[in-house]
Amino acid sequence: MSDYTPQELMVAVASREISDGDLVFVGMRLPILAYAVARNAHAPGARGLFEVGLMRDQPAAGFLGTMGDPPNVAGALWATRMSNVMALMAQGHVDLGFIGGAEVDRFGNLNTSYVGDPVRPQVKLPGSGGGADIAILSRRWVTLMSHERRRLVERVSFITSPGYGDGTPYWRKQNGLLGGGPAAIITTLCVFRFPEGGGEAHLASVHPGHSVDEVRAETGWDLKLAERVSETAQPTESELTAIRHFDPAGFWTRTA
Amino acid sequence: MPGKAMTMAEAISRFVPDGSTVAMGTSLEPLIPFAAGHEVIRQSKRDLELVGPISDALFDQLIGAGCVRRVTAAWVGNVSEGLGHCYRRACESAVPRSLEVHDHTNFSISLALWAAAWNVPSLPTRTLLGSDILRTNPGLVASGGLVQVEAVRPDVAVVHVQRADEMGRAHAWGPLGVTEEAGLAADRVIVTCEELVDASVTLSDPNRILFPETKVVAVVHEPGGAHPSPVQGFFKRDHAFYREYAEQSRTVDGFQAWLGRWVMEVPDRAAYMGKVDSPSLQITRHRPSEPADYGDE
Repeated sequence: MSDYTPQELMVAVASREISDGDLVFVGMRLPILAYAVARNAHAPGARGLFEVGLMRDQPAAGFLGTMGDPPNVAGALWATRMSNVMALMAQGHVDLGFIGGAEVDRFGNLNTSYVGDPVRPQVKLPGSGGGADIAILSRRWVTLMSHERRRLVERVSFITSPGYGDGTPYWRKQNGLLGGGPAAIITTLCVFRFPEGGGEAHLASVHPGHSVDEVRAETGWDLKLAERVSETAQPTESELTAIRHFDPAGFWTRTA
Repeated sequence: MPGKAMTMAEAISRFVPDGSTVAMGTSLEPLIPFAAGHEVIRQSKRDLELVGPISDALFDQLIGAGCVRRVTAAWVGNVSEGLGHCYRRACESAVPRSLEVHDHTNFSISLALWAAAWNVPSLPTRTLLGSDILRTNPGLVASGGLVQVEAVRPDVAVVHVQRADEMGRAHAWGPLGVTEEAGLAADRVIVTCEELVDASVTLSDPNRILFPETKVVAVVHEPGGAHPSPVQGFFKRDHAFYREYAEQSRTVDGFQAWLGRWVMEVPDRAAYMGKVDSPSLQITRHRPSEPADYGDE
């Protein structure tokens, strides 16, 4: 097994969330690579949807800095307006979405808007983009983020993209949210998963070379463990080959 | 028939007055009208409201230059690099001035523009339920299990396209984001284009025309007018340029130096493109589509 970066492991783990035949709302950064890896391996029937207004099957032939780069348009199955893409998601046709997060809490709520008071924030984050739309409307979704105590907090101060709200059973249903909610949080140290029907995140697996204690120290809530916490499977040679093919200069996976 | 072709300086001077609501960056990452935005900065426009979905760095620049009083958008930053440093300074410490933010999602900003396009007060949606964005934007109201998205009506939409004729019939291809609804919602549209073509070209493919020509008030022939954003068939995205902007805009002084070099000290887009390594950014592998047959009898 060759060396790999934390980002390469995250991409490999994220790609395994994609099932064959899924319609995937791909998003930006690492998930673009995860889609390409999955599509070239275990999910040849997956399709990717991009809010800029694109659907495609084959991953783009060239490097993508954004979803709107010319290689992502060439060979697309559909180039259209954003509202058409959102229509598919509003109908419940998106099986899996990816959302980047700045802050997440134990109920899977994401904050990408404000740290501190929105009127005069300590940090103004860029905002929702399509994140809240994916969180509310896709059938299930996964978030990827760097594992730092300031990012994994007990409760986010601002819910940009709702997970399971205050954690009470059926919170999403009671509040009229269409989709099923977060399935996993993939971090630089571990993978959290959620119980069927929603609720609180539990530690499902720890990445090779890291420990439960390290995860606990870097997590801002009282860590809940799965019945059996496993070790995250390392990226395979073929996953790494695909990742390095689609990110040849390491723009996303070697510079963070 | 009078044509609408004019210089960028004239188009911005005539159609983007201080205090206006301006939609830009409506195609998300591609086709961002940076040249138009830079002319807005050079003409020291003030108190603008910017409207758009994600705005890859252009809104950040206009905010840093002090042109903006309100942002109505889903996201403001630098897509491949992350945070928008000028946006942060304006929101966190009112530098160079205070900024009002009306948060949206990508879906809801599209709906707000469609509502204005259709001349209705609002449109209902299932997105935004459970999000605190409902707390900070008065134009989004939950009721009866839906969210009403209030119309957002730009005074002017500025779009960059691959080609247009002098009457304002604009052809764009690739993903369109919220461009069509922004143009229909706006009182008027400024089109900037890579190629100014004869009407016989645009009218040969009327399905590809973005807006009714009656909306378009100005057509600016501005090759490279979207740099560093990509233009399908013409320019790749200049990733390194976005990275340099992110690094230099971390401080006020760095941003001012960047602004001097790339905006204030260049008279127009031709001079700007002379400073960019434009041959390495040009797309040379062309993939023309098959023509559509509009045959009739």
